[in-house]
Amino acid sequence: MQDMGIQVLFEGINFQRLLAGLMVSLNLALISMAFSIVLGIVLGMIMTVKNRLVRLICRIYLETVRIMPQLVLLFLVYFGAAKHFGVDISGEMAAVIVFTFWGTAEMGDLVRSALISIPKHQYESGYSLGMTKLQVYIRIILPQTFRRLLPSGVNLLTRMIKTTSLVVLIGVVEVVKVGKQIIDASRYENPKAALWIYGAIFFLYFAICFPISRLSAVLERRLKT
Amino acid sequence: MRGIMDYSFIVENTPLYLEAALLTIKIAACGIVGSFVVGIVCCLIRELKIPLLSPLVQVYIELSRNTPLLIQLFFLYFGLPKLGIVWSSEACGIIGLIFLGGSYMAEGFRTGIDNVPKIQRESAYSLGLTGTQTFWKIILPQAIATSVPVFCANSIFLLKETSVFSAVALADLMYVTKDLIGLYYKTDEALLMLVIAYLIILLPLSLISTWIERRVRYAGYGNTGTL
Repeated sequence: MQDMGIQVLFEGINFQRLLAGLMVSLNLALISMAFSIVLGIVLGMIMTVKNRLVRLICRIYLETVRIMPQLVLLFLVYFGAAKHFGVDISGEMAAVIVFTFWGTAEMGDLVRSALISIPKHQYESGYSLGMTKLQVYIRIILPQTFRRLLPSGVNLLTRMIKTTSLVVLIGVVEVVKVGKQIIDASRYENPKAALWIYGAIFFLYFAICFPISRLSAVLERRLKT
Repeated sequence: MRGIMDYSFIVENTPLYLEAALLTIKIAACGIVGSFVVGIVCCLIRELKIPLLSPLVQVYIELSRNTPLLIQLFFLYFGLPKLGIVWSSEACGIIGLIFLGGSYMAEGFRTGIDNVPKIQRESAYSLGLTGTQTFWKIILPQAIATSVPVFCANSIFLLKETSVFSAVALADLMYVTKDLIGLYYKTDEALLMLVIAYLIILLPLSLISTWIERRVRYAGYGNTGTL
């Protein structure tokens, strides 16, 4: 039992520390997700307008965000902004900015495809009943869009959570960093700590993402009509 | 000072980036090919409902899809050596990428198979084909055609994911960039080269995949295809 090393997880407050670290990444993911949903809905609506120039600009934004690895964007903001604007933004701040920037693009595209999948007669019937454009959107289109959006939106949340694990690479103290600290602290009495700590982190992520992606699959089946 | 690039610095360090980019491409290529194979095998195991293996594949797919690549790499690179399984950074990167990519490919192929209309299977049965014949001769060819865009999208996704490999001490583009920023504080130049390097790798791929997607859109039966 002694050389298994699994006890490292339960020594002192190690496990609580790991969980607290995980909360840091989760917080970043949830904050970015909240911003992305709001901005993404706006972007999605903008992307359906008729003006070609507006659509082109949105398209360029979307493709730029999509083609760059998120880590590159993180580096750009974290290292670039610090130098150019003289502001010393924290890793957390950079993460929220980048993941919102990325999430808004992804969310916007989801909203756009949900919006154009609504049959045209829904709009037309609304107008013919004398509703204004705003009323049609709020009362007829958005409620229907919401149903189509829910599964893919929930799916985006798991992607967001998985992506926020990157923040350890720009120095945010989150679950991996805490794990490293624990491993370093118990290097001598417990040389196998790395196996258990990283294994635990792996399963913690799984424990969070698995239910959410199941939920997304269930919603997709349930709302399919 | 601000806004002015040090071009000689850029020229000087281009070979570094070139080397790093080649490493990225090499690992991504191995990873994509490996993922493709793993994906097909996993998908076949599940489609043909091979006992024992099928639930195992299911577990693998869920594990791999619901955890970040970075965490998988940490476990492979720092965790497993404690059990006596020691890899080089490169092997670790490739294996990590295949572990991640395999499940995405498998899911992609499965969607392709699911998307073959039910009437195809029924018609095959009514013509007297056996289950295996139906699968190999009717379902699979159509499924492959419809999963080509998914395969392309996954390949680009995997290429982008390689950016985390600096975490396991692979001298990739991110690693070189961080190094140069740390050594010389040439932030702008290093970041510019990073972006350009990724654009050179990813832009052609992205364009090709859009083109392929448009080509195979009418591959399914019944779509007579208007270009």
